[in-house]
Amino acid sequence: MKRTAEVVIIGGGITGVATAFNLAKRGCRDVVLLEKGYLASGSTGRCGAGVRQQWGLEMNCLLAKGACEQFENLNEILEYDGDIEFHQGGYLLLATTEKEVEQFKKNIKLQNSLGINSKLLSVEEAREIVPYLNTEGILACAFHQKDGHANPFYTTQAYADAAKRLGVEINTYTTVTDIKVERGRVVGVVTDKGEISTNKVLNAAGGWAGQIAEMAGVSLPIYPERHEALVTEPIERLIDPMVMSFSFNIYCQQTPHGSFVMGYGDPNEKPGVNLKSSWHFIQTMAKKVTAILPIMENVRVVRQWAGLYTMTPDAAPILGSVPEVEGFYVAVGFSGHGFMLGPMTGILMAEHILGMAMTLPIDKLDVGRFERGELIQEPSVV
Amino acid sequence: MKEEKTIVCRCEDLTLKDIRELIKKGFRTMDEIKRISRCGMGPCQGRTCRQILMQEVARAQGKSIDEIQITTFRPPTKNVKLGVLAGGAEEYEEDC
Repeated sequence: MKRTAEVVIIGGGITGVATAFNLAKRGCRDVVLLEKGYLASGSTGRCGAGVRQQWGLEMNCLLAKGACEQFENLNEILEYDGDIEFHQGGYLLLATTEKEVEQFKKNIKLQNSLGINSKLLSVEEAREIVPYLNTEGILACAFHQKDGHANPFYTTQAYADAAKRLGVEINTYTTVTDIKVERGRVVGVVTDKGEISTNKVLNAAGGWAGQIAEMAGVSLPIYPERHEALVTEPIERLIDPMVMSFSFNIYCQQTPHGSFVMGYGDPNEKPGVNLKSSWHFIQTMAKKVTAILPIMENVRVVRQWAGLYTMTPDAAPILGSVPEVEGFYVAVGFSGHGFMLGPMTGILMAEHILGMAMTLPIDKLDVGRFERGELIQEPSVV
Repeated sequence: MKEEKTIVCRCEDLTLKDIRELIKKGFRTMDEIKRISRCGMGPCQGRTCRQILMQEVARAQGKSIDEIQITTFRPPTKNVKLGVLAGGAEEYEEDC
């Protein structure tokens, strides 16, 4: 392991590897990435793997659109020898109340103004896209063809391989134990395999980002929260788009591999690092999915697992510098959307760390917004 | 034994050659190989491939199989239809 680096990145999920690659691509190759497990072993590898642009806030729409455009070309950008399995089968969002229909109309108007070609569909039109949909209780749907799915493991690996080719050092199974700060400035990172001198550290530690920040004496308003998911056996192509509903509280998508990945958010989940699977989840999930997609009754569950959302008070990420410690950067609190935004996060964090012109301004996503009371409340999350 | 004709993972159609190539590429642990190849993630839940993969990883690391970090066993133990899980499983829950 190197003993000095221009930038040290903590976290080998999508945020960390995408930032490492984008730093190196911009000429900053003296980068060391530290990961306590294997690549994508945290939230990235446990996520639902959906990628959508249908958001209710301009900032989120622009981040997601930028990320999606990267996903579309990622095999080429990263010169990956495999395939990240990006498939744009669309996202079909189900509205079940008049209020939700109105929200969708508002969102679509905003999305269209930003170049995202989503549209409102009648129930009949939705059934043409997903013939197996039980339309009971559904009033209308929002649809955007360019939303889709990508394989988190391959995407992370593709970034890591490309970063390594550009000179980035990636150390897996290496745990950060302390961050050294002197006179308000980062000077080093201590790991279980030795110490690295550096003046720039990026905290991209997902569910553990709060603990990492504390090592630098920084308190972040974030907390980890378990979210569970399950996957079925792979079967022939039945459903192309992600089927998702905020009011039914469910998402379900058939991956290019043929398996279905699905999940929901449990409103009673307690904050904390908990990666255990529950019986309650698999049973509730089965009820929810067979209610909207009855054909799923005959599909077998192969595996269930849990991962962490890292929540912020407004469910939007915190990106940028922190006022207390110079050289300490954060890309944390994605509140369940870190994978789909990852390719854009990587670009923005690299630009920010290097003091370059920004593709998108991120000042509204700073940590100071919570004290200022300038929250970015996204209306459309599961 | 021809390694390109020896099937390690029947669900995902992976041969011994595929696994050995991944190890050569730097995927050293069972967890890493599982996630990059789907070995053990198929409908058989890794019942066939897990042992073979463990042996290969142990051999590559120069360790005995007792020293190898095994991948997490995830529920359900056996594949279950969503329709079965959705209906009438209340009693089962009380037993757990």
